Amino acid sequence: MTEATKAPALLEMRDISKTFGASKALSHVSLTVEAGEVHALMGENGAGKSTLMKILSGAYTADPGGSVLIDGQTVTLGDPLRAKAYGIAVIYQELSLAPNLTVAQNMFLGNEPSRFGLADRAEMRRRATPILKQLGIGFDPARRVSELSLGERQMVEIARALTTNARIIVMDEPTTSLTTRETDRLFDVIARLKKEGIAVIYISHRMEEIYQLSDRVSVLRDGAYVGTLDRAGLSANRLVSMMVGRDLSSFYKKEHRQAEGERAAVLCVRDIGDGVRVHDCSFDVRAGEVLGIAGLVGSGRTELARLVYGADRRTSGEVLLNGKPLAIASPSEALDAGIAYLTEDRKALGLFLDMSISDNINIGVITRDAKAGGVLNFAKAKERALGAIKALSIRTAGTQINVGALSGGNQQKALLARLLETRPKAVILDEPTRGVDVGAKSEIYRIIDDLAQNGIAIVVISSDLPEILGIADRVLVMREGHIAGEVTQPIDQEAIMALATGTAGQAA
Amino acid sequence: MAASETDEARMDRLKLRSTLTALGMLPVLVLLAIGFHLLSGRFLSVNNLSIVMQQASINTVLAAGMTFVILTGGIDLSVGSILAASAMIAVIVSLVPDLGMLGIPAAIAAGLVCGFLNGAIIAWLKLPPFIVTLGSLTAIRGVARLLGKDTTVFNPDLPFDFIGNGTLFGVPWLAVIAIATILASWFILKRTVLGTWIYAVGGNAEAARLTGIKVPLVLLFVYSMSGLLSGLGGAMSAARLYAANGLQLGQAYELDAIAAVILGGTSFVGGVGSIWGTLIGALIIAVLSNGLILVGVSDIWQYIIKGLVIIVAVGLDRYRLKGISRT
Repeated sequence: MTEATKAPALLEMRDISKTFGASKALSHVSLTVEAGEVHALMGENGAGKSTLMKILSGAYTADPGGSVLIDGQTVTLGDPLRAKAYGIAVIYQELSLAPNLTVAQNMFLGNEPSRFGLADRAEMRRRATPILKQLGIGFDPARRVSELSLGERQMVEIARALTTNARIIVMDEPTTSLTTRETDRLFDVIARLKKEGIAVIYISHRMEEIYQLSDRVSVLRDGAYVGTLDRAGLSANRLVSMMVGRDLSSFYKKEHRQAEGERAAVLCVRDIGDGVRVHDCSFDVRAGEVLGIAGLVGSGRTELARLVYGADRRTSGEVLLNGKPLAIASPSEALDAGIAYLTEDRKALGLFLDMSISDNINIGVITRDAKAGGVLNFAKAKERALGAIKALSIRTAGTQINVGALSGGNQQKALLARLLETRPKAVILDEPTRGVDVGAKSEIYRIIDDLAQNGIAIVVISSDLPEILGIADRVLVMREGHIAGEVTQPIDQEAIMALATGTAGQAA
Repeated sequence: MAASETDEARMDRLKLRSTLTALGMLPVLVLLAIGFHLLSGRFLSVNNLSIVMQQASINTVLAAGMTFVILTGGIDLSVGSILAASAMIAVIVSLVPDLGMLGIPAAIAAGLVCGFLNGAIIAWLKLPPFIVTLGSLTAIRGVARLLGKDTTVFNPDLPFDFIGNGTLFGVPWLAVIAIATILASWFILKRTVLGTWIYAVGGNAEAARLTGIKVPLVLLFVYSMSGLLSGLGGAMSAARLYAANGLQLGQAYELDAIAAVILGGTSFVGGVGSIWGTLIGALIIAVLSNGLILVGVSDIWQYIIKGLVIIVAVGLDRYRLKGISRT
């Protein structure tokens, strides 16, 4: 009855299923997206979000039985070009721009306006300008993409989608590599897109973004549709329990107890700095303590960790382990001393994707295990790999599988296993749960808690405030390369944000 | 249950793929050998195979060194020049009365020094390998010419000529050395810590550094190794010819060595590959040269055919890599 009066939804996906060989990646999923709404799509890694979006963008063909309707008309999206013609655009995580070309050239890549068979640059620029203006982007279409920041490049991608009159824009974790300021600008652009009646399907693991942006949230789990929440009914607990299918009362595991000054400081950092992005930072971490380091992206947290680990050269300060000053000038010296560092970017800076899980876990200790003459000890390596796979519950079919074939969470655990095999006295974990699904997150929290119970000094750098609140005993907040302050138990989220943004100074 | 089944299926597929990758060009080698035998009627004779092994041996030794370098994502263009300079030294030292046998260690040491210099510049000054070894290709060629005052040096009574022309239990000494080189390289790459480091540096140099691997030392090693094996190649070449010429010897040998490595399936960006593949690659090149001569193809067409085979093989390599998940 009501359907007759209501205009059909911009996009309706009905009963979509997709099977790969014997496994069902999607089973009878339905999704309705209205014009001018931001529709968030959530779910653990492997829940089927990407598969669903690939069907929408024409990269995959759905199993027969389902249907896709645009403006109430059934359409066939066999291939990416057809999907594009229907106004569907996907902004990929890995940006697909040609860095040596200009903004305008990139925007019209593949459908350049031409005159007499020659690309018409003036026309291109003329058409690019209003689109950039529509998005509220200030930069010149004649600039080279290689000069742009990651955030600006993303804007160009969005602008490119608009040149083909996209009406449905899919963004898959668009903020993972953006700074806070760039994220704000992206959100601003999304608001403008909404006003134009464009629907945005937004995939993200970050709850705060979902709250801030979305009109509705749909949740997938194990390839099936779980439900859709309206903005009004949105709550973290409901969303997470929809995603994992259970209650999350024990999500953050913190059984270790750390009384102030109870144990000796293991890792002491004194007035460390690189003269550019980190200045005069000092902190202590005690045995069995989890010290959180919070701060905005770009506040120098990763840089600080890299200085302590010897990955970058420090110009001032010193690092002490168990009271003894260390002359750390390289990561290998830090590891020898007993300090390990988990990088925030496991694919670019951590894993050897072409090497086996066993090699990835063992590579930090193969020298220690080697027989005379540097000959590898395969028995020992296998023992370590199997032990780590069991201890960290890494899901894999064997120790010789390429680590690149694992899911994000299992890759992260393999990288964590590598650190732990070095038997460090202090570990610095930089965004230990970034890009990891909810299930693996809770396992990583368990691992961190176990480490603390075993008396290891732990530093956790995280942009995820609930995570810091959930696992840290104490939190340092960084701002512009300095340690802005410390927040002790009971840790208060507002206090952290005030220090991180610099609004605390007025009160003090 | 369903998920674990598909995991297994996927792992099986990965295993099959990796087996195929390891096998790589072996079927091509076998087909070429059979094809040439059918066409010429004498390719697979014991005598001819012995000649093929001899022809393949020097390139195999160079390509083994090149494999170390390319596995780290680098390149060594100077191997031909180092071979020439080392061969000159081998012959010159062999002319010293009573100490002639020292020509071999002298050649190897000379190669090692050249390789070490390449490695030192690349590892510590962080200059691109292509440019550094392009420079040393030219400079060391000059040194090779200088060593003999730009003439050919001879030694008709070369004390180590058995290496070039003798056999050990019926196998040419050159082939024995090549096989020993391959075995030693295999041992280093697959059975030692250093080998794992080489793959790690090629796979992800920054991750290797953060894991505590001393990346400059690994780079220094691979270029030194490439130089050392070029020096060995120089001694082998001198032993075969009883002579060396700084201008002509080893010209474009680096291209055959690189071709052998690439034919063997070693990735040009580093981190993936095997020494067995390199052996097969070197054999393919030797079989092509020998077979085309036996069949009576002209010299000019040999060049064209060899070049096309390399391009097709690299095309196949790309196709294979695309199939393997590299997420």
